[in-house]
Formats: sequence, C-alpha cells, structure tokens
Amino acid sequence: MTPTDNSDAGMSVSDEAIIDIKGMHKWYGEFHVLKDINLRVAKGERIVVCGPSGSGKSTMIRCINRLEEHQKGHIIVDGTELNDDLKHIDRIRREVGMVFQHFNLFPHLTVLENCCLALIWVRKMPRREAEEIGMKYLERVQIPEQAKKYPGQLSGGQQQRVAIARSLCMSPSIMLFDEPTSALDPEMIKEVLDTMIELAESGMTMLVVTHEMGFAKTVANRVIFMDEGQIIEENDPETFFSYPEHDRTKLFLSQIM
Amino acid sequence: MINQNSSLPDLPAPITNVGVIGWLRSNLFSSLSNTLLTLLAIYIIYLVIVPTVNWVFLDSDWVGESRDACTSGGACWVFIAARFNLFMYGFYPESGYWRINLAFAILVLLLVMLNIRQVPRKGWLAAFTLTGYPVIAFYLFSGGLFGLETVETSRWGGLSLTLVLSGVGIVASLPIGIVLALGRNSQMPIVKSASIVFIEFWRGVPLITVLFMSSVMLPLFLPEGTSFDKLLRAMIGIVLFESAYMAEVVRGGLAAIPRGQYEAAKALGLNYWKSMALIILPQALKLVIPGIVNTFIALFKDTTLVLIIGLFDLLTTVEAGFKDVHWLGYALEGYVFAALVYWIFCFSMSRYSQNLERKLHTGHAR
Repeated sequence: MTPTDNSDAGMSVSDEAIIDIKGMHKWYGEFHVLKDINLRVAKGERIVVCGPSGSGKSTMIRCINRLEEHQKGHIIVDGTELNDDLKHIDRIRREVGMVFQHFNLFPHLTVLENCCLALIWVRKMPRREAEEIGMKYLERVQIPEQAKKYPGQLSGGQQQRVAIARSLCMSPSIMLFDEPTSALDPEMIKEVLDTMIELAESGMTMLVVTHEMGFAKTVANRVIFMDEGQIIEENDPETFFSYPEHDRTKLFLSQIM
Repeated sequence: MINQNSSLPDLPAPITNVGVIGWLRSNLFSSLSNTLLTLLAIYIIYLVIVPTVNWVFLDSDWVGESRDACTSGGACWVFIAARFNLFMYGFYPESGYWRINLAFAILVLLLVMLNIRQVPRKGWLAAFTLTGYPVIAFYLFSGGLFGLETVETSRWGGLSLTLVLSGVGIVASLPIGIVLALGRNSQMPIVKSASIVFIEFWRGVPLITVLFMSSVMLPLFLPEGTSFDKLLRAMIGIVLFESAYMAEVVRGGLAAIPRGQYEAAKALGLNYWKSMALIILPQALKLVIPGIVNTFIALFKDTTLVLIIGLFDLLTTVEAGFKDVHWLGYALEGYVFAALVYWIFCFSMSRYSQNLERKLHTGHAR
C-alpha cells in the first residue's frame, strides 16, 4: 500500500531531537567534503536527502554511525556524543541501523544467519531466541520462506529486504538508508520501497539518501537538498518540490523530474 | 510484428553434435591438420606407455628376499619391499613401530570423523585434533611415559618424519600466517611494520639457508651447554618460513573482500576481532583455498630439504637404501617409489581442496 498524505496518524513526530548535528565538517585529505552541516532530526521524523552525486549526502549519513569520521563539529545521537570513545561509538551503533546501496549481506551465511549474527555475537542472545527474532523480521519484510537460502540465490530486491530485516533485528531507533534502491533493477524497486513505507508507518526515525522522488513526496516529513558538501535547502516535501527556492535546487529538480 | 506461435518446442540436437561421436568430431578430428595431430599424439603416447608398462609391471620382480630375485630386467620392487620399514620408520626401533602406527591411526580416525556430516560436536573434536592429539602423538613417538621406551628424535625418520614435519608445518603456519596477514593490514604502525619486516625477511631467504642456519649457526649463538633438539629447530625454521608465504596468500584473500562487508559488520556493532572471525576471514580464506593448498603442497615437498641438516626424511631414507651395498643400482626404483608416495599425498591434498571449495560454495557473489 502507498499512503497518499503525510499527516497520517501513525506517523507522529515528536519535538525531541534524536540526532543533532552541529557545525560538522569533514575532509578527505585536503578535500573539504562536508562544510558546516547543521541538522536536527526529531524522533519519528523521516528525512529524505537528495542532491547530485558527489554532493556529500552519503558521506553525511555515514558520519552518523562512524563509518566515516568527522573532523570538526558535533554529532549527538540520542544523547550520546560521537567521538573517539569506542563505548560511545558502540552505543550509537546499537541505536542506528544502516541499509547500503549494495546490500552488503554476508554471502557465506544464510539469510537467517545474516539476521541472527549480531544478536548472537553482539547482544549475546541464545541462538534459538535470535532465530525467532530473525524469523519475525523476515516475516515483516515478507520473505520468511527464503530463510535457509544464501544471499547469492536471491534477487536484488529480496537481498535488500533481507538487509533491512537484518538491521531491524537489532531493534534500532534510527534507520539510515544509503541509496537503497540505486543498485536494483526497476521491477524490484517497488518491493523495497513498500517495505520502507511500512517501516515509516510504524514510526521509525529514518534518514534516506535516495533519488526516488515519489518516495520523498509520499513518505518524507522533510526533504534536504545538498550540493558541494553543504545543505543548500530544506523544506517539507510539498514546498520543496513545488516552490524550490535556490537555483541549484531548481536545476537539480529539473534534471531528475 | 508479433510472433503468433509463441511457444516453439525444444527440438533434440543433431546426433553428430552430442555424445561420444560429437565430442570426437569436434575435438579430435575437426580438420585435416587436427586429425594428423591426433594420430601423432596417439603414436607418441604409444611410444611412452608401452616401455613404461613393461618396466613397471610386465618385466618386473615383486617377490624375493635379495637382489638375486631380480632377474627379469624390469623394475626390482623387491628392493622397495625389503627396505619398506626403513622408508616408513627410518631408524626407529622395530619394537616401537606400533606406536607410530597407532599415532597415525588415531589421526586418520579423527580426520574421518571430522569429515562425516552426522558426527555431533565437531567443534570439540576439531579442537581436540589440534591441541590434545599432538600431545598424544608426541608421547607416542618419543616415549618416556607409561613405561614406553624413549626414542630420540634423531632416530625418527622415513615417511613418518616427513609427515610429522609437514603436519606441524601445515597446522602451525596457517594461523601464524593469518595473524601476520591481519597485522600487515593493520592500522597500527608498529604492528604493521613488524609484520612487513617479518614477512619480507622470511620470504627473502631460501629455506635451505634457514635450515642450515637453524642447525649450524644457531647453536653458536646460544649459551654453552644449551641443547636444543635438531628436529625442533628444523620445525621452527619451516613454520616461520612457510607462515610468511601463507601470510601473503591470506592477504590476497583479504584484499578481495569488498569494503562493504567491513562496513556492514561495523554498522551491526561487531568489533574488529568479531568481524574478522565471523565475516571477513571465512570469506577470505574460502577465496584463497587454492593458494593455501598450493602452499601446503610446496611445504610438503620442501620438507625433503631437511636432508642437508642430517634428518632422515622419506627421500633421504630411500637414497640411503639404494646406497646400501646390497642394493646398489636400484636408484630408479627408489626414486619412482618416493615420487609415487609424494604424489599420492600431494594429489590427495589437491582433491580435498577442490572438494572443500565445492562444499563451501554458497551461490554467486554478492
């Protein structure tokens, strides 16, 4: 199912900031990739980040769970400041689930083992209990029947849904999506988007880097446009798509719509 | 235009395209020059096979006690039979052969059990094979406990010594190699440079030098009166040398794992050691099984170099056998036998690795 408006009762947004990024900068060597990023994400909020390739949108969300290190500014996730303290990094990674463009499932493990692995080895959960949770989330993404298969035997869309289930098993309070549908064949995009929409309806806080503007229009509370390492414009989807303010936003929208 | 007849039936292929005839036609007799080459090859095979079969089987002597039994002009397998114990056990006392046999029988039993799917608690069994078994085997070989006669390592020899050297080499070089490979990929500068220095040093010297140094030079540096078993020194030399090679093979596997795998492991909250042990190494090692087994096979054959420090491995005992005045002139039989034994072990390792690759194959990459 596809919701048509954003004021759905199930999608409530509180005022409490679960992610707070203040004056964040990042460099790759000499190259200044992220410049003065300021972003507050409220609990339950669904944010779509878009922008041309190389604009730093993936890098930005990858900073939130420390797959990339920021050099200046602050990132606070659910009250924990992200710094070199490994305990902080661990605590934040517990809160934050991530879905990648190329799925990054573990090819040597079955679908169910992919889901259970972190529960068993990070949460120290008994195998049986972990498998129950794994099956619960595989059912939620509607592929319980593939549990015993290996990722290499699934289609791209199914793999991405397994990847979503794998993240959800750790019961994160925030989900990051890094271009989750970009590597998929067109006929498989919908099944992944439907899963994400279902997740959004359940009240999950989501940060989604995507070029799927239909998804942005129907699901997002806020759309952020980035270019050259900066947040150029942010607005609610209706305003963003109908009345873009910045020239670069207009240019970008004219190219992809 | 739309094809109305939307489902055309599958027709059988022409008889000349499939089966034995099809294969012969396309591979051996596809053109005039190909046909000539095929006939030439058959003739060459004939030239080689006939005398070999005659020498090995038809004209050979199998039974007897001494060289007087070898009268047919072909191979004298009597020599191998007569000195078989020397080739297997070296100068180990005859009354203790059962100890070596028992040690290898236990090993074979353990390996068979590890490869039967239904056996429960494989993890414990594997742990026992790697930790408990070597202790048992050591005491069986060297004695000194439970009233077993003590046998000095200098009396160990033959195939059993070859297997001890290569077994220890294989079991120890893989984990050390893995640690070195991880060290070489480490972010920590000291660990990284130490690993690089170690690997490049041991890869830069020939094994024969390592063995020579371990047996001749090392005692000069050790304080007076410390004696250090010669076999043990050779083992350490082989292990360090081979683990440097192993490290580079494993590093090749690590390099082939996409960065996304590391990232996914991190994002799930796995720490460095857990993500290595559970995610990265299982995939990397699987990728480099051919390279690992290649190193094992090379190691197995490299153990023959211990002859320069006076250890009697299989090849050395065979040579000692045909230098014996009673058996002078049967070097060819000796070498053929040694080659056959080495080949059987190396070929088994190769087949096992192919089998393992198939078993661990889990559908196509990411």
